[in-house]
Amino acid sequence: MSPTVAVVGASLAGLSTARALRDRSYDGRIVVIGDEVHLPYDRPPLSKDFLAGTASLEDIALGTPDDEDLGLEWRLGTTAIGLDHLGRSVLLSDGSGIRADGVVLATGARARRLPGSEGLDGVHVLRSLDDAITLRQELTAAERLVVIGAGFIGAEVASTARGLGLEVTVVETQPVPLAGPLGAAMGAVCAELHADHGTRLLTGTGVAGLVGSGRVEAVELTDGTLLPADVVVVGVGAAPNVEWLAGSGVALGNGVLTDARGATNIPGVVAVGDCAATWSAAADRHVRTEHWTNALEQPATAVAALLGAGEPVPPPVPYFWSDQYGARIQFAGLRREGDVARVVEGSCADRSFLVVYERDGHPVAVLGMNQPRLFTRWRRQLRSAVAAAS
Amino acid sequence: MIPVCPTTALPPGEATRVEADEPIAVFNVDGEFFAIDDTCTHQDASLADGWLDGCAIECPLHASCFDLRTGKVSGPPAKTPVRTHRVVVQDGTIYVQPGVAADGAA
Repeated sequence: MSPTVAVVGASLAGLSTARALRDRSYDGRIVVIGDEVHLPYDRPPLSKDFLAGTASLEDIALGTPDDEDLGLEWRLGTTAIGLDHLGRSVLLSDGSGIRADGVVLATGARARRLPGSEGLDGVHVLRSLDDAITLRQELTAAERLVVIGAGFIGAEVASTARGLGLEVTVVETQPVPLAGPLGAAMGAVCAELHADHGTRLLTGTGVAGLVGSGRVEAVELTDGTLLPADVVVVGVGAAPNVEWLAGSGVALGNGVLTDARGATNIPGVVAVGDCAATWSAAADRHVRTEHWTNALEQPATAVAALLGAGEPVPPPVPYFWSDQYGARIQFAGLRREGDVARVVEGSCADRSFLVVYERDGHPVAVLGMNQPRLFTRWRRQLRSAVAAAS
Repeated sequence: MIPVCPTTALPPGEATRVEADEPIAVFNVDGEFFAIDDTCTHQDASLADGWLDGCAIECPLHASCFDLRTGKVSGPPAKTPVRTHRVVVQDGTIYVQPGVAADGAA
């Protein structure tokens, strides 16, 4: 009987895993399990073009005609509920199981919800295609949107909703949005895009609760302010989908704990993408990375580990982007508190700039707004520098 | 044929954009020249601004990858290939022939 690899998760990380297996000439069976009914699709447009109605489901599908040659067995609309690592099988919600010689955990993350928002119509999170379809329908009939959380998802939803003509208020608990990923100074600069485009941004303000019976009517802030809302979007981060692995023997922390190459503590089981907390020598701890590029690139390394190929880990230079209000924001590198941000091109006031973050006089990260060409050069330079240093 | 630039103006690893009916990006990969449509088939971005790695060009915005030799997609989110264009070097000048696929392209 031919060997089987079970890929649990049918989004970008899962599809990239299947492609990487075939790239490495693995010719056994590949079963891809997805809890959504949809074939793999691209999530970034869900808060942008797809939400705006300018991209279709066909536009955001990830599969290509060449993928038919991969010979994948899809088990969509099926949730993995357990992993029996002794028998090496994945247990599924329909009562069946898949015996596998190798298991790839790519179950991603889910949007965190606001406690107390259950059962209240008009309150949304945005993670899946179905979330986006529902939200899009609601936005077309709404006038006032309140977004809770001014991170990238929140900012992109606000941007799209403004484009659809809604009155938009964004509420952020922290004094400065995006201070975590970008640092306070540059987070503040990027957050100015909201005011530029007529979105109201309230910072340093917590949410006390949601008002409404049956359907949301307003958001109440901790200072007592009531923000009337036809629709509320909650964008307060994501949690890894790892509860199903409890008791499986797979080591868990903030995600599935793996070594730098994606191997878990169980032989034959690797983890990739948003659900994986991968060991980072640079950070000296396990790091769970929710970036699109991580889900794309990490599987090549994990598949090599799974197939026993002893290749070195490529040095990571995390990269992500956000498109808001027509502005292209791009970030690459490993920034820490205390790094010094220096504008090397353009100006923040013009919303066109390149900022380099330096530590001990050396560049460690780069942020661009509307500077794709220069940004790409710096990103490349960072990767060379990291490769040389490791 | 559209003149691009002297070969000396496009060193290895560099790219330039040429205005045509559809803009064209021309690349120098270790002394060999390639030309493809400049606009990414995923979203509006200039591939000449992208990250050149061997014969792969990565879109500067959303990381789609294309093979310069064939125009084929080698990395998502793009799904549609770009067209290739034949490159001719004469008397130290690079020219492109828009609409004429490069030799060996799919």
